[in-house]
Amino acid sequence: MSEPISALNHASYDGIARVEECGLQGMITLRGNLSDKVLIKAVKDATGQKMPGQREANVDGDTGVCWMSSDELLVLVPYAEVEAKLAAMNNALGGVHALAANVSDARAVFRISGASGREVLGKLAPVELSVAAFQPGQIRRSRLAQVAGAFWMDDADTFRVVCFRSAAEYVFNLLKVAAQPGSEVGVY
Amino acid sequence: MLILNCPYCGVDAEETELAAGGEAHLKRFGPDSSDDDFHDYLFMRENPKGVHFERWRHANGCGKWFHAARCTQTLEVFGTYTAQVFEPPKEIKDSITAKRPGWTWRELD
Repeated sequence: MSEPISALNHASYDGIARVEECGLQGMITLRGNLSDKVLIKAVKDATGQKMPGQREANVDGDTGVCWMSSDELLVLVPYAEVEAKLAAMNNALGGVHALAANVSDARAVFRISGASGREVLGKLAPVELSVAAFQPGQIRRSRLAQVAGAFWMDDADTFRVVCFRSAAEYVFNLLKVAAQPGSEVGVY
Repeated sequence: MLILNCPYCGVDAEETELAAGGEAHLKRFGPDSSDDDFHDYLFMRENPKGVHFERWRHANGCGKWFHAARCTQTLEVFGTYTAQVFEPPKEIKDSITAKRPGWTWRELD
């Protein structure tokens, strides 16, 4: 078996914020009725996190669960455990109308860290990113320039950005330009 | 710029996050309907100057379809509502009536 590597293999860039590709991240897309007790328990068993409310992300490191829409979750698990977690989840969801799929290799994940992280993302996404409007624990699906992307905050200075793997290089280039030294706007 | 509130994810999404889906509340005339009905269903669309009902999709977001009631003349948005209805809910109609007394749109008023 060949060794899996992520889209940009931990490429990084230092500007007004540090942009780095996070490497492999196990991801399961789970669709179904988010108020179903069986589904809530399956998510809890896989991640240890409770069901997120609207636009919430309960993430701790490489494990967590993000609200993607009213019937869709993004379940984050360590890359090495994704097949086992998926099998357990499918087993638990046997009698429920739900779908779980391993999408780990279809995605790329970036981390933006530094005091100007909000500025970097604010240049690329049509989203209100002021401290009052966007806080750790929230997730936002939007676009990054021309491609779809989702992001949440790990802490007050750190964003994690998820995009399609096929667009990884495009998004990395975007983030690099947005993080160029001297490009602070100073709005947040 | 048009900003619509997505009723599914609660986001105030601006136009570039959305995809327009054409006129709302079309009644489909399919097999066994008359040619005239089918023709009207396929081709005849409202093009009002004023109150209008449209379908939109939060394409760069939660991906859900929803309905919007807005004014094509001023871009004022009267409200957005779920896709799972055949006609606008009462509170949407009331808010339009409050701002545009005497409005009509197809058979609605």
